[in-house]
Amino acid sequence: MEKRVLFRSKWLPWVLIAPQLLVIGIFFFWPAGQAVLQSFQMEDAFGMSTEWVGLDNFRNLFADPTYLNSFKRTAMFSVLVAGAGIAISLVLAIFADRIVRFAMVYKTLLIVPYAVAPVIAGVLWVFLFSPSIGVVTYYLGKLGYNWNHMMNDNQAMALIVMASVWKQISYNFLFFLAGLQSIPKALIEAASIDGASPWRRFWNIQLPLLSPTTFFLLVINIVYAFFDTFGIIDAATQGGPGQSTSILVYKVYQDGFKALDLGGSAAQSVILMLIVIVLTVVQFRYVEKKVQY
Amino acid sequence: MHFKRLVIAAGIAATTSLSAHAVTEIQWWHSMTAVNNEWVNDLAKEFNDSQKEYKVVPTFKGVYDESMTAAIAAFRSGNAPHILQVFEVGTATMMASKGATVPVGKVMSDAGVSFDPKAYIPAVAGYYTAPNGQMLSFPFNSSTTIFYYNKDAFKKAGLDAEKAPTTWPEVFAAAKKLKESGHSCPMTLAWQGWTQLESFSTWHNVEFASEQNGLSANGYKARLKLNSPLHVKHIDNLAAAAKAGEFVYKGRASTAQASFTAGECAMIQTSSGFYGDVAKNAKFAYGLAPLPYYPDVKGAPQNTVIGGASLWVMSGKKAEEYKGVAKFFEFLSQTKVQAASHQRTGYLPVTMAAYDLTEKSGFYQKNPGTDTAVTQMIRKVTDNSRGIRLGNYVQIRTIEDEELEQVWAGKKTGKEALDSIVSRGNELLARFEKSYKP
Repeated sequence: MEKRVLFRSKWLPWVLIAPQLLVIGIFFFWPAGQAVLQSFQMEDAFGMSTEWVGLDNFRNLFADPTYLNSFKRTAMFSVLVAGAGIAISLVLAIFADRIVRFAMVYKTLLIVPYAVAPVIAGVLWVFLFSPSIGVVTYYLGKLGYNWNHMMNDNQAMALIVMASVWKQISYNFLFFLAGLQSIPKALIEAASIDGASPWRRFWNIQLPLLSPTTFFLLVINIVYAFFDTFGIIDAATQGGPGQSTSILVYKVYQDGFKALDLGGSAAQSVILMLIVIVLTVVQFRYVEKKVQY
Repeated sequence: MHFKRLVIAAGIAATTSLSAHAVTEIQWWHSMTAVNNEWVNDLAKEFNDSQKEYKVVPTFKGVYDESMTAAIAAFRSGNAPHILQVFEVGTATMMASKGATVPVGKVMSDAGVSFDPKAYIPAVAGYYTAPNGQMLSFPFNSSTTIFYYNKDAFKKAGLDAEKAPTTWPEVFAAAKKLKESGHSCPMTLAWQGWTQLESFSTWHNVEFASEQNGLSANGYKARLKLNSPLHVKHIDNLAAAAKAGEFVYKGRASTAQASFTAGECAMIQTSSGFYGDVAKNAKFAYGLAPLPYYPDVKGAPQNTVIGGASLWVMSGKKAEEYKGVAKFFEFLSQTKVQAASHQRTGYLPVTMAAYDLTEKSGFYQKNPGTDTAVTQMIRKVTDNSRGIRLGNYVQIRTIEDEELEQVWAGKKTGKEALDSIVSRGNELLARFEKSYKP
């Protein structure tokens, strides 16, 4: 007996998929196409005159050593954000999964940061760590540690990583929690009866079964670090001190939205788009092999 | 969620358009926050109450660069406001975008409202005037950089609180004493590019950029010159002070200002438009003074450079609406309105008449130092000191911040940083020249 469901109609699948295609077309392919088009142009801010400049915008970028430096910084930033974000939220999800009393309260509290806008998140962390008025700065000072992220590169980087991770934990947490709860209880119970310790149960049963979730979150978190963090950076460090926290997407935002250099900014976003496409391909081609579905 | 917002927005739109039947609405997008926001709202209210035909609606659209971006996006989709407040750094961009704006002179003459550009302080009018002599935007909140100090802190450090330091050596000496008296932040700076490079150049009558700092008829060909020995010496001096903890860097743009009003930093150089904030919030005796200078530099002090913003009129509106804009500008041009604004905010009195009126009223005697900004601006103006108007300047300001921060952190020398600003900035100026159509 044929088990698969077969749609005999030729047009029904297209109709069903059409809304999704339409949304992707309007909200992704159209703007992406415009960015590609603009990256070959030089335009004044108001769009009164547009000039075709070929690859000039790209040539300018790659002749700029500060732009090239930004690649290394972005790589470090996204590894830190994705790594720390995934690790911390996994730990939190495991704890939340075991808690019996007040579970709802803990879960809700953990999800709250996701509702905070990136800029607000940046501002909150700046208040905590402000060199003049920050509470944390004050106590760090008492411990003999001088915090001033306006002057110190590493502290500035640490600050935006903390803020970005904090904001993304909720999202990761939700997926991990759902993943943990979908693991059949019978497997864990069987392991317990066989005398497996909690650590062993986690390492040999839960973690492997969570690997699809972890992989999905890895992709999402890298994309998040690449694209969604400029609000945090703008509020917290504005790319400084020097350029130590000016990651690729922040420069796109700064040149495009603040300085109105549309061509240059479009060229940067095209490069960024290519990087993320390559990263995603690599992840699916190589990392995915380690994932067990 | 989005749908809900849409409904609310539609509701607001419906109510506003109902009230628009009787009067012509003039949309005014601005970037004034806190005490200056109250000032802008009061101006609009006063004008609206003074007549029945027009209604000016001021809207805060974010800080300067945000409101400009918002207006450009709105312009491209055909919903630009009538009046847009643009900071001085955006002037070159606005001027280069011919057709997006209507020159103020034309708005006024079309509406039959008399308007005399000569009434304005030359350094102000000159900045917003095209090489052909036409005034392009309406001078509104022009500011300049001045020096603020905390008199209580000065007293505590054994310094003469009634006499502000006038030269840089005196400033550094005062900072040293403040540090010794236990003050954790003797001096800080806001808008470091503007105060320490731009104003510093005009104040000492040294060239900041070629082509008269971009103001000549060939201004689009300008290139940076801010790595002269004097510039290098000054930045190195500041770096030494930073190392000694006598100058404390508090971040970009106006971030540092809060540490002055809070009493943490004893001296700050920033916009004269900061006065309203200080007057309202400072819990200590404060003094206002001209920027310090190096006494060994010939021609110093000259005058400081203009900052703040002006009002641009966007194109593509109805004649009736332009008439309203002209009427509103006529209202703003009144000497008593300008004098009151100047006294309230610390922004320059943009006309000489407003300055005279303020002087006659005894305001400067009662509030010593409030005339600093004006007296700094109305000195003799040279080609080096008329102002600075360069393309892609928002990006260049960022470069200035990035490079100077590395000096304060001890990672670059003054010379290395300034050379780097010149070479990186000149690349942006070359691009501006390429895209510019005279």
